[in-house]
Amino acid sequence: MERLPRWADVFLVPFINLLLAFFVSGLVVLAVGEDPVKAVWVMLKGSLGSTAGLGYTLYYATNYIFTGLAVAIAFHARLFNIGGEGQAAIAGVGVALVLLAANWPHWMLALPFAIIGAGAFGAMWAAIPAYLQARRGSHIVITTIMFNFIAAAVMGFLLNGWLKSPRTQNAESLPFPPGAHLPTAHELLAPLGIGFSKSAPLNISFLLALLCAWLVFLLLWRTRLGYAIRAFGQSESAARYAGISAVRIIMITMLISGALAGMLSINVVMGEQGRLIKEFVEGAGFVGIAVALMGRSHPFGIVLAAILFGMLTQGGFELLWEMPNLSKEMVLVIQALIILFTGALDNMVRAPLERLFLYFNRRKEGAV
Amino acid sequence: MDSTTETGRRATAASSAPPAFPSSGSEPPAIELRGISKAFGPVQANKDITLSVARGAIHGIVGENGAGKSTLMSILYGFYRADAGEIFINGERREIHNSQDAIAAGIGMVFQHFKLVENFTVLENVILGAEEGALLRPSLARARDLLTTLAAEYELSVDPEALIEDLTVGHQQRVEILKALYRKADILILDEPTGVLTPAEADHLFRILRNLRDEGKTIILITHKLREIMDITDTVSVMRRGQMTATVKTAETGPEQLAELMVGRKVLLEVEKTPAHPGPAVLEIEDLRVTDESGVDRLKGISLQVRAGEILGIAGVSGNGQSELLEVLGGYRNASGRILLNGIPLDLSGRHSDGQSRRAAGIAHVPEDRQREGLIMEFAAWENIAFGYHNDPKYQKNTLFMDNRALREDTRQKMKHFDVRPPIPRLKARNFSGGNQQKLVLAREIERNPDLLLVGQPTRGVDIGAIEFIHKRIIELRDQGKAILLVSVELEEILSLSDRIVVMFDGRIMGERIPAETDERELGLLMAGVQNGETT
Repeated sequence: MERLPRWADVFLVPFINLLLAFFVSGLVVLAVGEDPVKAVWVMLKGSLGSTAGLGYTLYYATNYIFTGLAVAIAFHARLFNIGGEGQAAIAGVGVALVLLAANWPHWMLALPFAIIGAGAFGAMWAAIPAYLQARRGSHIVITTIMFNFIAAAVMGFLLNGWLKSPRTQNAESLPFPPGAHLPTAHELLAPLGIGFSKSAPLNISFLLALLCAWLVFLLLWRTRLGYAIRAFGQSESAARYAGISAVRIIMITMLISGALAGMLSINVVMGEQGRLIKEFVEGAGFVGIAVALMGRSHPFGIVLAAILFGMLTQGGFELLWEMPNLSKEMVLVIQALIILFTGALDNMVRAPLERLFLYFNRRKEGAV
Repeated sequence: MDSTTETGRRATAASSAPPAFPSSGSEPPAIELRGISKAFGPVQANKDITLSVARGAIHGIVGENGAGKSTLMSILYGFYRADAGEIFINGERREIHNSQDAIAAGIGMVFQHFKLVENFTVLENVILGAEEGALLRPSLARARDLLTTLAAEYELSVDPEALIEDLTVGHQQRVEILKALYRKADILILDEPTGVLTPAEADHLFRILRNLRDEGKTIILITHKLREIMDITDTVSVMRRGQMTATVKTAETGPEQLAELMVGRKVLLEVEKTPAHPGPAVLEIEDLRVTDESGVDRLKGISLQVRAGEILGIAGVSGNGQSELLEVLGGYRNASGRILLNGIPLDLSGRHSDGQSRRAAGIAHVPEDRQREGLIMEFAAWENIAFGYHNDPKYQKNTLFMDNRALREDTRQKMKHFDVRPPIPRLKARNFSGGNQQKLVLAREIERNPDLLLVGQPTRGVDIGAIEFIHKRIIELRDQGKAILLVSVELEEILSLSDRIVVMFDGRIMGERIPAETDERELGLLMAGVQNGETT
């Protein structure tokens, strides 16, 4: 017998978590003398109320889908990849190298190569911690955190040296050729007669993210490799018995995870910035952990959770704009509370809910 | 210790009749349970249980897995709260909400899996959680005195300063008993205490239990070994499907009757089999040696043969190299020496071999621990049927994808052949009972039609009804001319299933016997490392 019906597990628990998070956030907003109801309204309107807001929301969601998938696939092999941040950053270098290497005539030609560049560099950055875990037993949580710092340093070094644009004072690369520009939502929807904000950075990468979610689903639940990954994640001792190689699974899973995290740079570096800048990941690697937790490591859940976190990010910026009493840190606190409730405190809601369901089930049986 | 001995031997109060209030003058029972019920969701684990155990008696509780024995004891020890019912200890109504309450009521529990801190000494473990004051020294001194007294009184000797990790399993169990006695337990509950012991250790445990009883302690023994019940208990209760089906005096019953009460139908305790007709050797092992990660020699030169159409049983107390032998054969532990399968050498270095290559070579493996190795508990039954064989072309739709539908269909068939209940392929492995989990593993491995079947502890934690079925299936495979290597710590099982028996002790083979020409006593001595009256 499952303890909770599936719908409660998938929807009710996250929903209650979210309500709790909003409630506590509301207290915080109240404490600084603002109206919490108005704050929620501002966030909703700011993230969904206009095509510009929606464009930003989905742009952030695109990032979170990539990093969420990266964390989730590693979760399935019981690996905690906290290195999405660094993997995405280094992948940006891969994208920049590809796009600066030629005068790309059209994005359709540039995109596959940029994807290969991003994937290869992201995977490479994940490969070293993966190897250390698989062969040397160094804990992947520690090594991937370390590699985030190393990645930041590498980015600083490259963007102040080899990759630095001679045309500006800033630590950034030369702009990519115009042919490498990815179509935005505005450009894609205009031919269909749908008006979409010109300023929003949402671009075709969103579709790439959805495609990745679909591919991850197929990989995990329809292929031998996915089967082996999940089996290994559930029980290392059983995997040993079955002849599933730990080294192979750890390496392959982390390479895929790193490549997925790397896809973020397609959205940001290629799609939005058009050049490589230093801190373009902006914490999306870490948000991916919360997204994967809330999405229960399932691609479908991750897409939903990513959109929610996209709304939070975009709504948070609107909040700053509309409610001057709320500082940037305050918005961070609200986002952190939501991560805390949906991710870390999941069991706080789950356990009482399980008891409640048990109680009602028994009552029902008693009546029969 | 003077007056209690006289009243102590009365083991009469336990009867199947509803307990009446004790009339004045007669002593109230040590434990009395009235109408205990407990449900987990739709599963009624305990249903209106009434039980009365006299002071100074050894009371056995038998029942199949999932019959509700452990739940009942967990209620008594405060791990679960009963939905309904009352508990009386020495005639007094008690609310037991947690283990502290249980200890206060004088109840001590010895779990199947010991709850000891491995790198603490015996003394430290005994006082753990029962320290008096912030300083350890006075408590330790008091415990040391008490341990000396108890050791003399009950043959409970164990070195107070030894580290737990250095003790044998039998001694660790004594520490658990000492822990309970240190907390002034009058009622001692032991959950499957002999599962990990050699026959000699079990005998010693029973002596201790008898001594404790003679001093007026009340003992509840949970076990599935009917022989132990007959040996040591005064009264016995049988549970089936959450209900107490009978409580009888041990002297007035027998193993056949108890088995029937447990299962609800007549059970064959003896395995029916025809003599083996062994063919050529399928498996030949020569001078197999294994050294583990910490440099300990686990196998010290094992040589044996298994022929087609025979079952070779390996007897031994667990931890004497049997697991390592299975792991080497299963392809996931490296070794030196030689192993021939049908005359072809197997790679033992791990470079060209793993579980996959062994399966391809025709070895199927029912591992000793189905929950840790044989199954993925969170996977559905159909996913588990592919486990280890997920690369089999039969389960592939094309080069990219697995054929989950074919797999589910295959699972449905295998579940039917092996009478797995409930026959629902999408149910997770953990939702099956122990016996049905084991049948899933057996279905997967036996239906591969292997040349050699490795079977580890095929009936550990499996109920009597399923044991019969599993034994039958193993013998069927033998009669098809397959070679079977059986590892079991249950001597009865080894004796009844095997065509030849090899006893392992400390990574060596102590001797080979023919079941008809040996008995449990002789095997027990070999298992303890005694050869021709000498300890090795």
